[in-house]
Amino acid sequence: MIINNCKKIVGGSGEGPAIVTAQPINFLAMVDPKTGMITDPKHDLHNKSIKGAVLIFPFAVGSSVGAYAIYSLREYGTAPTAVVCVKADITTSSGCAIADIPVVNLPVGAPVIKQGAIARVDADAGKIIVKD
Amino acid sequence: LQLTRDEEEALAGKNGEALASAYRILVAIGEATGAQKLVPIKWAHVSGVNYNTIGDAGAQFLDKFSRTAKVAVRTTVNPMGYDRSHPEDISSRFQEKQSSILKSYERMGVTPSFTCTPYEVFSIPQKGTAVSFAESNAAVFSNSLLGLMTNKESALSALASSVTGKAPLSDLRMEEARNPTVGIESAYEFGNELDYGLLGYFTGKVVKDSSVAFGGISRLSTIEAKALSAAIGTSGSCGMFTLGDAKEKISFGKKEAKKVMDELNTAEEGDIITLGSPQLGMNELDLLARLSEGKKFRKRCIIFCSRAIHDQAAKIGLAGKLESSGAEFMCDSCTCLTPYVSNEKYDSVVSNSVKGAYYLNNSNKVKVALKDFRTIVREYVE
Repeated sequence: MIINNCKKIVGGSGEGPAIVTAQPINFLAMVDPKTGMITDPKHDLHNKSIKGAVLIFPFAVGSSVGAYAIYSLREYGTAPTAVVCVKADITTSSGCAIADIPVVNLPVGAPVIKQGAIARVDADAGKIIVKD
Repeated sequence: LQLTRDEEEALAGKNGEALASAYRILVAIGEATGAQKLVPIKWAHVSGVNYNTIGDAGAQFLDKFSRTAKVAVRTTVNPMGYDRSHPEDISSRFQEKQSSILKSYERMGVTPSFTCTPYEVFSIPQKGTAVSFAESNAAVFSNSLLGLMTNKESALSALASSVTGKAPLSDLRMEEARNPTVGIESAYEFGNELDYGLLGYFTGKVVKDSSVAFGGISRLSTIEAKALSAAIGTSGSCGMFTLGDAKEKISFGKKEAKKVMDELNTAEEGDIITLGSPQLGMNELDLLARLSEGKKFRKRCIIFCSRAIHDQAAKIGLAGKLESSGAEFMCDSCTCLTPYVSNEKYDSVVSNSVKGAYYLNNSNKVKVALKDFRTIVREYVE
């Protein structure tokens, strides 16, 4: 499956298993930078790691310092390889810009990407390729 | 997003790596918010000062960044992790790490304000002025009550605006986004600042737009507006509110307020009382002093405020009154993520702040008994 017309927010490309949530993420309060694990028991990604994954989520919420939390993931080697948002927010965009993590927005009406499916995000081409 | 030739060159690295990074950030957030160009800003307020929030990676980033970057506009900064005049409980390791971060910001030429309420400390530019505020309560408060125009910036995007003097012209920097289409209709009897915190936290969760209207509320005190702004900023992406009606309506009542309480109110009692998230201002200190006059706190009570507010309060005898009731002041820091309020020392705390409760529960990992100012005084002052 190929999803075209993804808006490029931060350029580059990355590949990995898709980790998908419909819930927003607070990067400062919910993610352990040393492991990349989501630590909030109320989040549906609780105890899952975003390390090496293509992280697919609506947008970030909460602390403005979340941008540094994203940069920390990069420094600890626990960052996602690419980020796909419904609507990328300022925290995600700025953090990923400094951490060199490609970011795209999904086009309206994009098909659902399954949990764990191997996805390749090519932000410069505005494209996500999902292996079936 | 269209950059000018100068901006393109800076992005390509003509003026050094730090400015190139700053423009990379501005381009990313400009694309994300649908901006067509960058515009000058008059004031940047930067978060990411407390070592507990940005960690080693953040400290190293700032150390490198500050070697070549200088602020281009007035730049105020958020609280750090502790009060340097009260280093007693703070490990020497934490002090060293914090000191490295402060040196980086000093090198860049920021105003060492260490406040999350710059709107209570500094002179306010005229309405309609574009600014770049990272601290979420400051962004919401300034958009909603002061008529300043800022998006809900991140620590890094406000830093990028500080050193370039520019920000994307988009979203809440445009009139269109400042007229809410979604409104919260309150069928709720608001008795105190905590109630407005509950409303704000609920609002942040349900409103995905950049602005929201509150119906059924005709006026707000500064204390209430601060609590509301801080809570909106904590749970969501909404960056501004107005009072009045909007097309689409979502209702807020007892049931919704209770749901927020069920999430954040995780203890009945606390080992200490911690006030100041956002840092307390003169209004709040005055209220607290009047409520506790001639009496004593029977638990340790820490008041977090900015150095500037503390010094003003000390000058008119207000700080002394509170201290004679047993309250302690911690300046330059705040409730959230400070080593003063760690789970090694305390199981639970009492606070009136919904924002504080969120971070105390999730980041400091201590339980929180949420109570409003008057209830705290009634139960813990005698």
